[in-house]
Amino acid sequence: MLSSTAGNIYWMGRYIERATNTARMLEATNRMWLMAGGSREWQSLAMAFGLDENFEKKYPDRAVGDFVTFMGVDSSNPSSIAASIQAARYNARAERNNLTVSVWEYLNEASIQLRSKLDKPLIGSAIQDFLDWTKRQMILVAGACETTLLRDEAYHFLSLGTYIERADNTARILDSKYHILLPQGEKVGGGVDYYQWTEILNCINALRTYRRVYSSAVLPWRVAELMILRSDLPRSLHFCLTQIMDNLDALAQIYGTRHECHRLCGVLASGLRYGKVDDIFKRGLHEFLVEFIDKNNDLGVEITRNYLINP
Amino acid sequence: MAETAANRPIFDEMRGTDGKIRPAFAGVDQWLSNMPDGEHGRMQLQADLLYERMGITFGAYGSANGHERSIPFDLIPRVLGKTEWDKLEAGLRQRVRALNAFMHDAYHRRDICRAGKIPEAQIVRNDQFLSVMQDFDLPGSIYAHICGVDLVRVSEGQFYVLEDNCRVPSGVSYMLENREVMMRLVPSLFTQNRIQPVAQYAEELLNTLKATAFPAASSDPCVVLLTPGPYNSAYFEHAFLADEMGVELVRGTDLFVDDHKVYMRTPRGPKQVDVIYRRVDDVFLDPLAFRPDSMLGIPGIIGAYRAGNISLANACGTGIADDKATYCYVPEMIRFYLGEEPILQNVPTYRCSEAQDLLYVKENLKDLVVKEVHGSGGAGMLVGPTSTKAEIETFREKLLANPANFIAQPTLSLSTCPTFVEEGIAPRHVDLRPFVLSGDRIAIMPGGLTRVALRKGSLVVNSSQGGGTKDTWVLADH
Repeated sequence: MLSSTAGNIYWMGRYIERATNTARMLEATNRMWLMAGGSREWQSLAMAFGLDENFEKKYPDRAVGDFVTFMGVDSSNPSSIAASIQAARYNARAERNNLTVSVWEYLNEASIQLRSKLDKPLIGSAIQDFLDWTKRQMILVAGACETTLLRDEAYHFLSLGTYIERADNTARILDSKYHILLPQGEKVGGGVDYYQWTEILNCINALRTYRRVYSSAVLPWRVAELMILRSDLPRSLHFCLTQIMDNLDALAQIYGTRHECHRLCGVLASGLRYGKVDDIFKRGLHEFLVEFIDKNNDLGVEITRNYLINP
Repeated sequence: MAETAANRPIFDEMRGTDGKIRPAFAGVDQWLSNMPDGEHGRMQLQADLLYERMGITFGAYGSANGHERSIPFDLIPRVLGKTEWDKLEAGLRQRVRALNAFMHDAYHRRDICRAGKIPEAQIVRNDQFLSVMQDFDLPGSIYAHICGVDLVRVSEGQFYVLEDNCRVPSGVSYMLENREVMMRLVPSLFTQNRIQPVAQYAEELLNTLKATAFPAASSDPCVVLLTPGPYNSAYFEHAFLADEMGVELVRGTDLFVDDHKVYMRTPRGPKQVDVIYRRVDDVFLDPLAFRPDSMLGIPGIIGAYRAGNISLANACGTGIADDKATYCYVPEMIRFYLGEEPILQNVPTYRCSEAQDLLYVKENLKDLVVKEVHGSGGAGMLVGPTSTKAEIETFREKLLANPANFIAQPTLSLSTCPTFVEEGIAPRHVDLRPFVLSGDRIAIMPGGLTRVALRKGSLVVNSSQGGGTKDTWVLADH
């Protein structure tokens, strides 16, 4: 296998995951907006993604619908769902001989269907239709990956991309609560606050899971514990880092060498494995998440250095 | 038809010239006549969707809708009987053997020039001549490991060779995918007709490539396919062939040269490469040896080549043989190197570099097809009979500015094949490109790529000019 192949497949994994997560976040934000009847959710999400400036430049009105168009179907926004799907397909096309026919065909089909949706404003019920479409298409691709790919190097690089991206996205979703301002007169712990935490869980499809695990009302520190420290929730930071670790170990086994990325991953994973939610809240949830996002990013950079370019 | 200068009637692949269904097409005829109304439209739609979903694309440079589009595929196959194919195959073998012998000779002693059969200038003054290949010995003395020979038919027994593609011929993936799609859509045709398979192409190609490795290579040579990348018009084919052969598809940046050896970059570290099936033109291969601005190549690869550490297929410098001016001499080559009479005929060709020929061409532009010597893809050519006076005059100026850059041929009445078009089934002109593999032996898949001009009366079949393709059958009988 070529280093560039490993790189393309790693990024294909990241873009597929990114498209899904962006759809999930837009969905939750859309619902929060419908409930709260304001536009600040969109802005806070844009802030969580560090996109505020780009967004305002292109859509000076900052209308509510503008944000979902910008993040959904604007092909000039490199973080949009449309751009993610196109980038995933571009990587897959370069490596179609290292993928199975189903992986390529599902991704290709998604990008064919996407063409008719590009750059048209999303409004009303079209918003949810588009987000449902995105989730369904990406689940098809992810399912094709899981059920058809040989468990070789390519699969491990794909998984590394998937989980590095997912860990990043989960941390950002959780952190977006930090940016969502409560409407004036609303109390922390009040109805709107509660509703927002619920939507954070919805974002990662985990509201029912939360109820089953805790059988209690939605409480901020428990949401954080679930999303950061649970080892068995497929979108938690702990779970993602365990997967990254396993895939790096598999590569070490195949190639017979370990690299700096193995050490970085070990440090990050053990922090999550032995961490306590009380300590996280003592330090500040936002501070914890910002630091996590940085370290997770460093890990991605190190994996790139060790495997994906010019070894 | 008005645009054909020759006065013989147009030969139809299915109905001959007398309107009777030719034996090879009996199965297809039956299929077409039993087909319910509207069925072909439905199937054609299905085929088009299948092509798009499979992502079988051809990137056209400068096309309005981005870089990729599907090549139109026509459902009605073109069929060749066993007897006519056997003769074609023998002709192709003969031709490619002679071409390889010529390239070896051209880069060594040039006996054919000493014998006065080809002027030496035709070799050494050719743009495609690479001095770096002079006196360099290749395994098996083979230059064009993969050769695509373009044929047209004018009558029952008469095929002409239009050109030899000895550099980086493309199109074989469509030959394979067309078969795949036909088998998916109309399986019954395959049970009712004894059609020879073509799917073994990839395996034969890999054998051919391995056979071309230098003696220094490992006993199981490491083969890769070098592509310019996803923006190349034939990228689909590159990926497809690498996939079928199970070899790495690499770009220049994936390879590097160290101590005259070529390595590819892998997550495991450098791995030595023995054979490169390169789909990159000569001049882009090595910025140290050729174009210094090339980003596609690998610095130092020609040094590794000369050191006998890497094989290139096709070899460098094969352009001297698929040049349209050299083409005229192929029958001479066959006689000179093989001592045989050519089985396949050349189209009579006028070399505009020669005063006598130029005089004739100048006077008869409206009846001729004039092509640039190094042109490809149907670009830079004049089809006299279908051109306006103004077009002819513009072309005349181009021709007179640099006559040596052009050859001319009479307009042939290319055969037609029934084709699905909007108004139903109608005859459209076709050509045929079989693929010839030369390694430790010559292998030819029974069939090839049939290209079809989709516009009524058009003789231009190139995919870059809007042509389509058909599945090409060679039957095991008739």
